[in-house]
Amino acid sequence: MNNIFKIIFSTSFGYAILRVTTPILFSGLGAVISDKAGVINIALEGTMLTSALTGVIVSALTQSTFFGVIAAILSGIFVSLLLSYFSLNLKTDIVLTGIAINLLASGGTIFILYLVAHDKGISTSLNSKVIPNVTIPLLNKIPILGPILSGHNILTYLSWISVAIVYILLYKTPLGVRIRAVGENPEAAESVGINVNKIRYIALCISCILASFGGAYMSMGYVSWFSTNMTSGRGFIALAAEAMGKGNPVGTLLTSLLFGFAGALSNNLQSLRIPSEFVQMIPYLATIVGLVIYSIRKTNMLKYKKEVQNA
Amino acid sequence: MKNEILRMENITKIYSNGITANKGVYFSICESEIHALVGENGAGKSTLMKILFGLEQPDDGEIYLNNSRISITSPSLAIKNGIGMVHQHFMLVPSLTVAENVVLGLEPRNKGFFDYKKAVAITEELAQKYNLFVDPNSIVEDLPVGMKQKIEILKALYRGAKILILDEPTAVLTPQETVELFNQLMHLKNSGHTIIFISHKLNEVKQISDRVTIMRNGRNVGVFNTSDVSENDISRLMVGRDVVFKLDKNIKKLGKTILNVKNLNYTSETGKKVLKNISFSVRGGEILGIAGVEGNGQRELVEIITGLRNYYEGEIVIDNIRINNLSIKEIRELGTSHIPEDRMVYGVAAQGTIEENIISDRFYKKELNHRILMNIKKVSDISKDLIKEYKIKCSSSKQKVSMLSGGNIQKVVVAREFSSNPKLLIADQPTRGIDIGATEFIHKKIIQLRDSGTAILLVSADLNEILEVSDSLIVMYGGEIVAYFDDTANVTEEELGMYMLGLKRQSHDEIGRVIYE
Repeated sequence: MNNIFKIIFSTSFGYAILRVTTPILFSGLGAVISDKAGVINIALEGTMLTSALTGVIVSALTQSTFFGVIAAILSGIFVSLLLSYFSLNLKTDIVLTGIAINLLASGGTIFILYLVAHDKGISTSLNSKVIPNVTIPLLNKIPILGPILSGHNILTYLSWISVAIVYILLYKTPLGVRIRAVGENPEAAESVGINVNKIRYIALCISCILASFGGAYMSMGYVSWFSTNMTSGRGFIALAAEAMGKGNPVGTLLTSLLFGFAGALSNNLQSLRIPSEFVQMIPYLATIVGLVIYSIRKTNMLKYKKEVQNA
Repeated sequence: MKNEILRMENITKIYSNGITANKGVYFSICESEIHALVGENGAGKSTLMKILFGLEQPDDGEIYLNNSRISITSPSLAIKNGIGMVHQHFMLVPSLTVAENVVLGLEPRNKGFFDYKKAVAITEELAQKYNLFVDPNSIVEDLPVGMKQKIEILKALYRGAKILILDEPTAVLTPQETVELFNQLMHLKNSGHTIIFISHKLNEVKQISDRVTIMRNGRNVGVFNTSDVSENDISRLMVGRDVVFKLDKNIKKLGKTILNVKNLNYTSETGKKVLKNISFSVRGGEILGIAGVEGNGQRELVEIITGLRNYYEGEIVIDNIRINNLSIKEIRELGTSHIPEDRMVYGVAAQGTIEENIISDRFYKKELNHRILMNIKKVSDISKDLIKEYKIKCSSSKQKVSMLSGGNIQKVVVAREFSSNPKLLIADQPTRGIDIGATEFIHKKIIQLRDSGTAILLVSADLNEILEVSDSLIVMYGGEIVAYFDDTANVTEEELGMYMLGLKRQSHDEIGRVIYE
């Protein structure tokens, strides 16, 4: 037990939380935007996986981190178009379409990995690039906070900035007002001349772009390679984070940190003599527990609301 | 006469299901007038206004705005032409503020960002100008209905509407809110706007409108200066009967009381008192009709009696058994049959076969089952017999119900509901939207059932049906029974119309005669 506390109350653990949180936060923000537009983006997981592989391959081919990231994002946009076209134009069920895309990404990435790297498990034979870490001057001098907050990957900082960007987008721009209107009452939006499908296309596109930053971070920052199904459910954990964060960017940041904590704990406890299978379960267990607490609170709130109305 | 601003000529609209909603309708409105559009449900008012607002396309006819022909193919085109509509069901986004709702779709911008301050200023300015006071910063879901309506009007005005269509605006308002709305409408009229006011409520029409257009059966049956006609005149034109057909009926042989409703009160989820102190009874061998303009509590009443709706006050007894806490199945087991108003939602499973639909109320019964498997042959035989008896036009008993015509779908419902030998039949709009042949057939079957001693409650908005089929009738208005006639033969449609529109009501004692023990 003592060992566990020693791990938790160290600056390196704080640093690890932020490191693990990044991809969940990106995807969680993606979930916020699509959810606000009334289209649930189950394909976040597949998007992350696709962009993680694309980033590795293109950065290896071009020997440029920049082009790698750009390609990762383009692949995310491609996935969003696939999802939007089927669910919005052809009216397929968006959840089923999302699941199909996830399965396609899961198998498809292995296939392409094999074609390019001649390996079905890992891309280490490719000389792919990584996105650099940055040390923030002044901040790194502050005791305790410095080692926790400084020295992260550029994308980690971008994910924090994204919280503000998503907030501003949703609440301070005409597009944001329309996204919220479309999500809540599409008929009302349509009656004032808003093109509902167009807004949903845009929302899914932004959602997938955010997820693909998360994907690029996974293979070009968190680690420096692509491995099979490396996102291991982070897209779904992000959906949970979004739901528990009440669809609010700041709330999603907080719940993502919670899952980041669980993830970091799981990574660190593996050094102790606890069965690794158990330890690796922690983030997913945390997701289930979190969702249960969230649902109970929500039902209670609804009950309370009803009582108030009846009184 | 003021200047004509808009004219619709020879508008004809036939829906894909074959119902003709508008037949060569001529409709014209003048600058700054309040023009009432009245008519019963299904008279074609809503269709005409949907055409004007671009929600429906006419099959024939022209629209002229300021004497130049325009075509309105979408709501945004209507808005561009200065036509705005306040829908009966508000088109608002609940979690947004008032100002955000007003400017939605045409948001003021400042360097690409949404200029919320400007939106608030715009809302305040409009509110000031047209006396429609709202707080721009409130969240819409917290506001009362009257406020929401103001926001809808503001939305239309912000988009530059000169012609405002209000679809039954007072239906959801309290009397105080109605008075306020009327003041605002007068104000709008004086500032040069034209208002089309759709309503059933003749006192309101008299009070607010300058002219009135009356529609019946998809036709315009008259345009008058409101001051030249009385409420009775309007009512007569609205509900007058076109075709009268006679049914042969034997003299009724009354049995004991089957359905007894006592002091029924019901408040809807939205807190509106929908049913007020309803008491009546129906005896075996009697058809009691419920007349009334739709939305006066008939639907709720039917849903309560059949068990679809709960949490009411009062008592309902079917064949001496109190049904307040019984499930729908238990109520049916007592011998209740129900022909629901919406046959596609409650009447049939459209994707199921005729057989499956016919046994849906009895599939669990012993005679249709061999231990754990169904007796398919029996099911098929029953269905074939009923198809023959009820003249259902189909290719086989295994055809999907969704492939049948409206009249034949209704016959499937009727066949199922009538063949269970009910003690009580609740028939809610049993012939709505079906052809004359099927209608006549169903009417005959209803009377046959009555002659065999079933108690029948017939709810219909169709006066022909009510007057021809039922033996006695009650009229509902505003959630109350306002009249009872023990013999429909002595009722004229003018008289009925006045009760239906709330112009007249009987004394408490007269209404009380509908209760037997």
